[in-house]
Amino acid sequence: MDHARAVNILADGEKMNIESWGRYPKTTGEGYSFETVKTLAAHLEKNNMFIPYGMGRSYGDSALNEKVILTRRYDKLIQFDPEQGIVICESGVTLDELIRIFLKKGWFLSVTPGTKFVTVGGAIASDVHGKNHHKAGCFSNSVLWFDLMLPDGRIVRCDREKNRDLFLATAGGMGLTGIILTAAIKLKPVKSAYIRETVVRCNNLKDAFEKFEIHEDATYSVAWIDCLSKGKAKGRSVLMAGENASTGAIDLPRKRTVSIPLDLPSFCLNSFSVKCFNHLYYMKSPQYTENRLTPLDTFFYPLDAIGHWNRIYGKKGFTQYQMVLPKASSFEGLDLILDKISSAGMGSFLAVLKLFGPQNDNYLSFPMEGYTLALDFKIQSRLFAFLDHLDDIVTDYGGRIYLTKDVRMSPDTFKKGYPAWDTFSALRQHYGMNQKFQSLQSKRIGV
Amino acid sequence: MNLLILGANSDVGYATARLFAERERANVYLASRNMDLLEKKATDIAIRHQIKATPLFFDATDYDTHQLFYTNLEIKPDIVVLCFGILGNQEDAQKNVSHAREVIDTNFTGALSILEVIAEDFEKRGHGVIIGISSVAGLRGRQSNYIYGAAKGALSTYLSGLRNRLAKRGVHVVTVLPGFINTKMTDGMDLPEKLTATPDQVALDIHKAFQKKKNIIYTRWFWKWIMLIIRGIPETIFKRLSL
Ligand SMILES: Cc1cc2nc3c(=O)[nH]c(=O)nc-3n(C[C@H](O)[C@H](O)[C@H](O)COP(=O)(O)OP(=O)(O)OC[C@H]3O[C@@H](n4cnc5c(N)ncnc54)[C@H](O)[C@@H]3O)c2cc1C
Ligand SMILES: NC(=O)c1ccc[n+]([C@@H]2O[C@H](COP(=O)([O-])OP(=O)(O)OC[C@H]3O[C@@H](n4cnc5c(N)ncnc54)[C@H](OP(=O)(O)O)[C@@H]3O)[C@@H](O)[C@H]2O)c1
Repeated sequence: MDHARAVNILADGEKMNIESWGRYPKTTGEGYSFETVKTLAAHLEKNNMFIPYGMGRSYGDSALNEKVILTRRYDKLIQFDPEQGIVICESGVTLDELIRIFLKKGWFLSVTPGTKFVTVGGAIASDVHGKNHHKAGCFSNSVLWFDLMLPDGRIVRCDREKNRDLFLATAGGMGLTGIILTAAIKLKPVKSAYIRETVVRCNNLKDAFEKFEIHEDATYSVAWIDCLSKGKAKGRSVLMAGENASTGAIDLPRKRTVSIPLDLPSFCLNSFSVKCFNHLYYMKSPQYTENRLTPLDTFFYPLDAIGHWNRIYGKKGFTQYQMVLPKASSFEGLDLILDKISSAGMGSFLAVLKLFGPQNDNYLSFPMEGYTLALDFKIQSRLFAFLDHLDDIVTDYGGRIYLTKDVRMSPDTFKKGYPAWDTFSALRQHYGMNQKFQSLQSKRIGV
Repeated sequence: MNLLILGANSDVGYATARLFAERERANVYLASRNMDLLEKKATDIAIRHQIKATPLFFDATDYDTHQLFYTNLEIKPDIVVLCFGILGNQEDAQKNVSHAREVIDTNFTGALSILEVIAEDFEKRGHGVIIGISSVAGLRGRQSNYIYGAAKGALSTYLSGLRNRLAKRGVHVVTVLPGFINTKMTDGMDLPEKLTATPDQVALDIHKAFQKKKNIIYTRWFWKWIMLIIRGIPETIFKRLSL
């Protein structure tokens, strides 16, 4: 059974191919789905060692294991408060569905990642961030409470007061504390389905940092960065800042999507083609544009318009490397990392730069105040050795690697990057979670 | 507009309910056996589409309850979609007549029993659409599922007779003939991906058939051609194939 079908079928331990967005590694395992908590509890009672699997939009091995709990069929809305914009829903609902239902009523997600094809459960478990992290924090900031199924089938409600330790461990906890069942999410009122976008070209990394600071009051900001340019142009970027528009229709224009029908041969993507792409992208961007009216979809989810775009990396798959450095050491560290990347010639199609706001209290949430850089690499020989080398730089500068993108970090890099890992680990033991929930990632990094 | 889905826990039935709520702003009655699930689905559809959705208990094989079930509906439906069904297990049904009866009773007798009640009312009102989901399996018996196929074949024949009877009374009957659908019914079966529809695709085809007042539709469309070929194979050859 293939992965695309696997996500919404009713499965009771059937063997299936399971992979995440990076398509590396490719695994087979048993899938278990559920539509009621009764069925879920029965699955948990019968078998050991699961990991929840939502839309599989994580890049690495955090949602992979020999046994996975497929959450997509658990996708019902339970309640909506139109005054407060609070929706209570099951964890398998996707952000795409929430947008389709509530945008036309004037509500949008308070925090959204760069794809809308993720589940609410996945967004909480990775405590995802969006282009407004510096203003709005992580996804968990918009979560009022959630219900969690513990290893013994017990269901507990967690918020910032009640079962606080479970809340802090589960938001960002990569599915390792139990199954998130339902959640109450606070939406954000909007007047339009459009964003007023300002686009600014930045000549190099230093310029990009300055422009981020200049635009620190913007609600949304993110930059695309050319990782292969050298010399004076090293780190040249295009910064995009945005505000929710107050004019423009509240309905999204219908967009055609195209899809990559099959794996492209891996030679299609080499450092030459990436250089060309990056060059064109940079040149195509205006020097400066202010207040361009852009549909939400285009602004937040440019890649969602191309179905299966992960196939451009070929059969072997790819990985995304996302790291963050504390603000004080961000420039020095990123400057060094850009040097390493361009001299290794292992270019990345899409590299994204963003300035995060302060970190939250969750044990394993990724963001910290400072700059984050995310790059895609196709799986190739020498890649992991190269990334190990980058890990050392990240660790030396006091930064960390994003778990939901990771497929190869060492236990040491993990533990240095996430100092609360031992609190997390102790909690897992205390509740017996380490006897019931496990992913390929958790085994690798030793948590 | 009011829509009654019989066997609403069926993946196809649920997708159809959602689509009609969205496109037709229909209020929906969701009738099936598993009430835990049905209640959740009703709430979900009501929030998504701001229509009224009512969960109702209905058992297709409990014939004696059918009249009362229908009488109790406060507002009578304008459209009925019959979705319940069981595939059963062919081998089991060969050996065990009680299982064979279960397959026939659910897919055929149950359908007949409730549809007669509804047809009587629609006929009186001179209004309504009945959409019955049968199967291409009913078009030619194959060794792998001919008992289910026989029940579906009977259902198709029944629906065509009903259409003939009600056409003169302003009531329209649609026969839906699906090929493979990726639902809990076919869970665990290794279906050819290119020939297998999603429940949402089937719902779209059903909606189109409703709008265009079609009599018989295949879903996905190519099953019409596949079945033309399969039905064209001479019996002398067909009987030797392992299908
Ligand atoms: C194109 C693209 C852009 C992206 N942009 C961003 C971005 O801007 N910011 C960002 O932060 N992330 C981003 N991501 C990553 C993505 O948002 C996260 O990986 C997200 O967690 C994926 O959700 P999912 O439903 O696909 O979960 P999966 O990938 O299936 O699972 C991810 C993790 O969540 C756990 N999980 C899933 N459901 C549950 C549940 N019900 N209960 C408990 N645990 C659960 C899994 O066990 C796993 O550890 C992007 C990904 C893609 C493909
Ligand atoms: N899937 C396919 O490939 C395929 C192909 C051709 C035709 N079909 C036909 O299409 C229709 C829908 O199929 P599906 O795949 O969506 O099915 P499904 O998901 O398996 O659902 C069938 C539903 O029928 C209901 N049901 C069974 N017996 C019942 C009874 N005695 N009383 C009331 N409800 C009963 C069940 O409801 P509860 O859960 O409430 O008990 C069940 O959820 C069926 O008629 C099927 O035969 C399917």
